[in-house]
Amino acid sequence: MDFLRPATWEDALAMKAARPDATPIQGGTDVMVEINLDKGRPTALLDLNPVAELSRWSWTAGPAPMLRVGAGVTYTRLIAELGGWLPGLAQASRTVGSPQIRNRGTLVGNLGAASPAGDGHPPLLASGALVEAESVRGTRLIPIGEFYMGVKRNALEGDELIRAVHVPPAAGPQCFAKVGTRNAMVIAVCSFAVALDLRARRAGTGIGSAAPTPRRAHAAEEFLAGELDWDGAGPVDPALARRFGELVAEAAAPIDDVRGRADYRRHALAVMARRALGWAWAEREV
Amino acid sequence: MDARITLRVDGRVRPLALDTRTTLLDALRDHLSVTSPKKGCDHGQCGACTVLLDGRRVVSCLILAVTCDGAEVTTAQGLAQEGEPHPVQRAFLEKDAFQCGFCTPGQVCSAVGMLEEVKAGHPSEVTDDLTGPVTLDDEEIRERLSGNLCRCGAYVNIVAALREEAES
Ligand SMILES: Cc1cc2nc3c(=O)[nH]c(=O)nc-3n(C[C@H](O)[C@H](O)[C@H](O)COP(=O)(O)OP(=O)(O)OC[C@H]3O[C@@H](n4cnc5c(N)ncnc54)[C@H](O)[C@@H]3O)c2cc1C
Ligand code: FES
Ligand code: FES
Repeated sequence: MDFLRPATWEDALAMKAARPDATPIQGGTDVMVEINLDKGRPTALLDLNPVAELSRWSWTAGPAPMLRVGAGVTYTRLIAELGGWLPGLAQASRTVGSPQIRNRGTLVGNLGAASPAGDGHPPLLASGALVEAESVRGTRLIPIGEFYMGVKRNALEGDELIRAVHVPPAAGPQCFAKVGTRNAMVIAVCSFAVALDLRARRAGTGIGSAAPTPRRAHAAEEFLAGELDWDGAGPVDPALARRFGELVAEAAAPIDDVRGRADYRRHALAVMARRALGWAWAEREV
Repeated sequence: MDARITLRVDGRVRPLALDTRTTLLDALRDHLSVTSPKKGCDHGQCGACTVLLDGRRVVSCLILAVTCDGAEVTTAQGLAQEGEPHPVQRAFLEKDAFQCGFCTPGQVCSAVGMLEEVKAGHPSEVTDDLTGPVTLDDEEIRERLSGNLCRCGAYVNIVAALREEAES
């Protein structure tokens, strides 16, 4: 196994272009598990940790600035430093693995792994994030909805690396919910995120662990945009919340597996989505 | 492929030549005979291999040693100062917070890292007020140590040991 250690981002891109077979490693909390379990050893590892700029975050320029979260920003730092702007993503991040995993693991590693169960995906889908992918050929911004291609497959080309994720700051309350056998260290049986945009009067959604890829619930989003009483005081109409839950469950395409049955996942999603909407809406009132 | 690196382990400078595939855990145990970090699962689940890497708690089984060149590694062994146990180690002894002791070095390192995170105001999954200082009650202690398993089930006394630490 070759071990490549670029000192700069330019070096990293050049190495990835020369060795498309090299597996990038950031926190290593996915890559190392594969290696230790002997699930096929990579021919080469490309260690991105020496590239210091990746561990920074900043604001993008333009009329609607987004947070540009570098590939090396750990969950622990995302929670502590960006939680105020990205409450849904921070909430999901607080449930990833264990504190030790969060001290090393990164959101971009979650994207690289592209597991349908990754906790970072639903909030990224709900808030309409962009993935900044780069190679020696240039940079492109991939809308998050086009990033997931299949079970553990993403839209990156062989010579591309993710430099950062661009996430719009919250424009209203956000909520993340997940079902698992216990709180810590479990792969989600299913998960859900909602992000309300009170200015645009829209809602974003993201479903995890209930289809080959993380996905949005488009019909549920349209339903809320049209039917939610955005000016209304008091709690959400229970019938509306229930219908929202049903539409979210309909958007899923779950399977039976060791973690749960498909019909259980659909049921749990409907309940989680209904509750998450209620919780998010209640936050608006305070 | 071999690499030469230098680690600072429990205050001592330790030069190493090792295969790039060696984890930090194996480097500590097999190359440096620092055996307080334990190998329970080798895939990040049990926390027995927890050490402090540049002050932050991490599972050493999921880190390649070559990526740690120049880093400061503190294991449970190195927490004691001049033969005096660290206050967290003392609390574990006083509260009988272990049975076989296999998980204990990891628990202790994790707890020391955890107390620093609390001091820095990091919220957890069970923190209600995300902006205020953290009150380290039993629920918080349990959540914050959820990365460390104890097959003997000494959890009750581990929480008791840390409750005492939190109050002092
Ligand atoms: C005990 C344990 C519990 C876990 N619990 C959870 C959980 O609850 N929820 C969850 O979502 N995940 C969980 N995980 C999985 C893992 O922690 C996350 O997926 C994490 O986000 C991975 O980040 P990393 O930086 O460690 O990634 P790495 O392991 O470094 O990389 C992961 C993947 O991304 C690729 N990659 C990394 N950086 C880049 C880049 N810049 N460009 C392109 N590709 C890149 C790698 O090649 C690899 O395929 C758990 C893992 C462990 C060991
Ligand atoms: S041996 Fe590292 S977490 Fe179990
Ligand atoms: S004391 Fe035996 S495993 Fe914890």
